[in-house]
Amino acid sequence: MSMAASTSTSASSGRASALPKVNGRAVVMTLYLVFLLLPIYWLVNMSLKTNAEILSTFSLWPQELTFRNYATILTDPSWYMGYVNSLIYVVINTVISISVALPAAYAFSRYTFLGDKHLFFWLLTNRMAPPAVFALPFFQLYSSVGLFDTHIAVALAHCLFNVPLAVWILEGFMRGVPKEIDETAYIDGYSFPRFFVKIFMPLIASGIGVAAFFCFMFSWVELLLSRTLTSVDAKPIAATMTRTVSASGLDWGVLAAAGVLTIVPGALVIYFVRNYIAKGFALGRV
Amino acid sequence: MEKTVNHKAWFLVLPVLVLVAFSAVVPLMTVVNYSVQDTFGNNEFFWAGLEWFDEMLNSQRMWDALGRQLAFSAIILAIEVPLGIFVALNMPKKGFWASVCLVLMALPLLIPWNVVGTIWQIFGRVDIGLLGYTLDKLGIPYNYTQDFFAAWATVIIMDVWHWTSLVALLAYAGLQSIPDAYYQATKIDQASRWAVFRFIELPKMQGVLMIAILLRFMDSFMIYTEPFVVTGGGPGNSTTFLSIDLVKMALGQFDLGPAAAFSIMYFLVILLISWVFYTVMTNLDKRETGR
Repeated sequence: MSMAASTSTSASSGRASALPKVNGRAVVMTLYLVFLLLPIYWLVNMSLKTNAEILSTFSLWPQELTFRNYATILTDPSWYMGYVNSLIYVVINTVISISVALPAAYAFSRYTFLGDKHLFFWLLTNRMAPPAVFALPFFQLYSSVGLFDTHIAVALAHCLFNVPLAVWILEGFMRGVPKEIDETAYIDGYSFPRFFVKIFMPLIASGIGVAAFFCFMFSWVELLLSRTLTSVDAKPIAATMTRTVSASGLDWGVLAAAGVLTIVPGALVIYFVRNYIAKGFALGRV
Repeated sequence: MEKTVNHKAWFLVLPVLVLVAFSAVVPLMTVVNYSVQDTFGNNEFFWAGLEWFDEMLNSQRMWDALGRQLAFSAIILAIEVPLGIFVALNMPKKGFWASVCLVLMALPLLIPWNVVGTIWQIFGRVDIGLLGYTLDKLGIPYNYTQDFFAAWATVIIMDVWHWTSLVALLAYAGLQSIPDAYYQATKIDQASRWAVFRFIELPKMQGVLMIAILLRFMDSFMIYTEPFVVTGGGPGNSTTFLSIDLVKMALGQFDLGPAAAFSIMYFLVILLISWVFYTVMTNLDKRETGR
């Protein structure tokens, strides 16, 4: 009798504590997400205001909605060419990184060879290398070979950290593919290149997508090297923005709009890679 | 997976080797070259031996920057790791809301670093930013360009905002790998919430947490863009971290020798941490395959 009573109370207390716990979770997540989104919201909010409104009145949402800031950016070549330049070197970099990383990652995931561990470690150190250390040497290297202020210079410079990143991520995905598949294909008379393109690459398609996404992202967010290696013709949007801050310092609406536009590429594809974000940042592990 | 010995695999690695060597070894050799030479302009260089290293090791400026750097890294780790774990524990396990959380949490991670700086620069301004304005109206003096404390607070909150999600996402990935049977067992044993965390969730998250901590330490150790945009290293030198100081020295003042010596020492520290990271990674891989 007493035992039944005690179990029933413990059960009811368990239920009572379960209900607020669910709410507690929701509250924590809501608070955290609000903390994350508030600064971004503020940027979007500002990009939709006129400069006069930004400076004169303080409001939580635009009183007179305007898209003029976006129009300014999208019609002025010195602004929108920044986006074009960034996109060009980012795409070049992603293509180079993925195409050289694919065979290398395959080698690391399937074979042991002389010095493989050292090489793998050396690649990691390059992902971790501070861009500040490389800024000046890169500047001199690319100036001396006449590549300064070209898209290819920035794309090559970003290979420093993106190629190791791509190798590590792809290796993480490839180790999940059983080796029997390779062996069966070879028995079936596939040559290595044909096997790799026809059979293996479709199997790790999601891995290639994730690696490409992260190469794109890390090249897109980097400023120090891309700013150092360009002056006019290949100037990235990031550098265009910093110049405007220091020079005029007043056109907040346009600055905010430019910032919002740099978030767009990430925001567009983030849904597709949502389950791989942790894996990508952790270099293909996890 | 059993790997076959195949030295011909070198041919598959060769393109990567050539490319990364071109963009890593050549510049690094330039740095080494500068670090042992002195110049009076006109591209004439003199052997200077270890003079620059000696000078940098005795330079108050570098030790100050290093001190600030370590303080910064320690503070953000102390905030981001517990907060990230806490958030991960509270995330929905699956379904629609899990996706929503994943997408929204990843958003700050994908914003260009200088835009992160710009966002917080605006957000913290007393006249037009929500944070600065609110603090000002509450009567709290807040000016991140003048006040030492406000500058540090802004830079730290910005980093917490920017990167806590990374820790949370990694911890979440670790939590996802815990089989349901474990939780059922804890229910049967009537384990307390703390016991579940301490003896089941934390050990299972250990590997990913190590990765998260090392990644965060590494990236905070070479932080440049965000504080540069927000505070420009100021007020005074109070938020001048190692990378900011290095760039100032190398590209601003063109002090090639000291900057190169600085770079090499900086790089050696990174090399050391990389090695720890690599060891953790390979141990994790071994545990995975040994399962």
